[in-house]
Amino acid sequence: MSQLQLKDLYDGFRNPEVIEGFAKLINEEAKKLPKPINIMEVCGGHTHSIMKFGLPQLLPDNINFIHGPGCPVCIMPKERIDHAYILAELDDTILVTLGDMIKVPGSHGSLQDARAKGADVRFVYSPLDTLKIAKENPDKKIIFFAIGFETTTPMTTSLIDIVIKKEIKNIFFHINHVTVPEVMVELIDSRDEHVDSYNNRIDAFLGPSHVSVITGSKIYEKFPKEYNRPVVVAGFEPVDIMEAILMIVRQFNEGRCELEVEYKRLVSYDGNKKAQALIAKYFEKASLFKWRGLGNVPQSGYRLKEEFSFLDAEHIYADILPKEEIEDHKLCICGDILRGMAKPNECTIFGTACKPQTPLGSCMVSSEGACAAYYKYGNLLK
Amino acid sequence: MNKQITLAMGNGGEENNELISKIFYKAFKNDILQKSEDAAVIHGGALAFSTDSFTVSPLFFPGADIGKLAVCGTCNDLAMMGAKPKYLTCSVIIEEGFSTRELEKIVRSMKKELEVNDAIVVSGDTKVVPRGSVDKIFINTTGIGEIQKKGISSNNIKTDDVILVSRDIGRHGATIFVAREGIELSTTLESDCASLTHQVQALLEAGVRVTAMRDATRGGVSAVLNEWAKQSKICIEVEEESIPVSQEVYGICEMLGFEALNLANEGTFILAVKKEDEQKALDILHGFENSKNAVKIANVSEQYNQKVILLSSYGTKRFLDTPTGELLPRIC
Repeated sequence: MSQLQLKDLYDGFRNPEVIEGFAKLINEEAKKLPKPINIMEVCGGHTHSIMKFGLPQLLPDNINFIHGPGCPVCIMPKERIDHAYILAELDDTILVTLGDMIKVPGSHGSLQDARAKGADVRFVYSPLDTLKIAKENPDKKIIFFAIGFETTTPMTTSLIDIVIKKEIKNIFFHINHVTVPEVMVELIDSRDEHVDSYNNRIDAFLGPSHVSVITGSKIYEKFPKEYNRPVVVAGFEPVDIMEAILMIVRQFNEGRCELEVEYKRLVSYDGNKKAQALIAKYFEKASLFKWRGLGNVPQSGYRLKEEFSFLDAEHIYADILPKEEIEDHKLCICGDILRGMAKPNECTIFGTACKPQTPLGSCMVSSEGACAAYYKYGNLLK
Repeated sequence: MNKQITLAMGNGGEENNELISKIFYKAFKNDILQKSEDAAVIHGGALAFSTDSFTVSPLFFPGADIGKLAVCGTCNDLAMMGAKPKYLTCSVIIEEGFSTRELEKIVRSMKKELEVNDAIVVSGDTKVVPRGSVDKIFINTTGIGEIQKKGISSNNIKTDDVILVSRDIGRHGATIFVAREGIELSTTLESDCASLTHQVQALLEAGVRVTAMRDATRGGVSAVLNEWAKQSKICIEVEEESIPVSQEVYGICEMLGFEALNLANEGTFILAVKKEDEQKALDILHGFENSKNAVKIANVSEQYNQKVILLSSYGTKRFLDTPTGELLPRIC
């Protein structure tokens, strides 16, 4: 028997004929749409796939994407990056975080800059790799700068669990985990201070897939019910996304407004209960978490419960970590872009003061942001 | 530009280009340097001249080591200008405490690879520095080669050229990333590190009309194609489906969020040859173990000046950019 190859697992979901087939179906169905629809893909992983595979080019003009705030790196506010920077600069300290977090600039610079100045900053692929770093550096303090949505949160809590059970004394945590449903509510139900308006143009949501593997699809139930926005939870491959778009279009054509799951191969209604229990054991919701480009969003972030404050770098280093808020750039219109009210090129600092190498707003920070994508792919985008 | 030098400035991509042009080109400006070829063409077009410094962690990795890399790197740069490598220099900076045995092992690999290229080391230098001043060992090699065919240049690619790649891409970058970051994967992946002299000689001897060649080292195939698009003021249209990527590299890219096109290679080259010579070039390359899967990946057009576009098999297209930043796993 021939061995199963990784490519075999992906190929079906990238099959050109299937993608073209869905494109044809969507184009036919879309003719019946009563009005153009804007679909927000909440998750940065979806934005990446949409850009990488050029999916907007396959869709008719009356279906648009609004690129959502679902990139944990992009939405990290300067205040918290500054925390990481200050912690990294402490003597005998190793700051550990995940991948591309280290390239995002705060007010002193990025963690890459801190490292260039001599700070010990490392990135890990899995939070559990922090254990090895701690073991190899027993006389140093290891601070894990934890980031990510519901997908990566359980990995951080697993690390906390091991640190507590094995009584590891030199690992500490700076928690920046955020949650998806709260920011979705914020986008469709809050006042945008810049324009003093409650407007948004989001008609439907493409629900993040990996987040939903952990949380279950149940977290999106309120969007069709209370906010009249259909949600289809979709996988990250082009076939997944195209199928989900077709499902959304059909909902509009058939006058339905429902929560549906395209990514049935992994997402259940209840999600991963063990992971959820681990999160509930160590974390509680912070009353506010500030998102770069969106401001403070109620109940959208986690923090360590007080009984675990002995692990909490924000508590331990409270004296040296600044608490003042740093305003987003006054001219930045990320909030409007995320609500679908403006296109990146309508921003006055787009491509001038705000560029991928020197981003000011969240949408320019990583290749997943709407502004960065416009900047790079501009004339090939729809 | 940043006040401090960051790792991103050595990535072979955009920041690296900025560093080179704003500091080095500005100071050293001259006609030969500004051609920005893999090797400088000097002495009335008779000789190719190139230098490269090598630092890699780990020093010994699946498929090669820093010694082999140091000889291949410089010899390949010469070969890419249609030259036969002849004389090399070898300078090493060694950290105090480094193992003599390992040094011998590295030098043995260099010797072996010099034999493959039929080149010799004719001058050298050694420095030993206090612990912590360098990471174990840095090697610089500089080489001179005799140009077999004049006029090969990445500034001359035209719409009647097609673009080929000599083998599957991204092996070296993926191998080093996995080894360096201690990602525990059970994999048979090896670096592609190899000398390209023989393939190049065979192509030239058979009279294949080669317009340009470049080995896709740091910055990978993306960087080479973008440099070519800019230098020759052309648009390169890449058929995404045609790019050969091994199962192992594909898997690592999917897992860590990398693009194989951005990963480094050390024995893989891109060639622009005249359309009519495509088959002839491929037939010759297929005769070598290292390039038995050589294939055409792109056409040259004028659609988007100085840009590289990727065409998907289902009719969409996007720009392929010069890689930026440090190679970091993507979180989402």
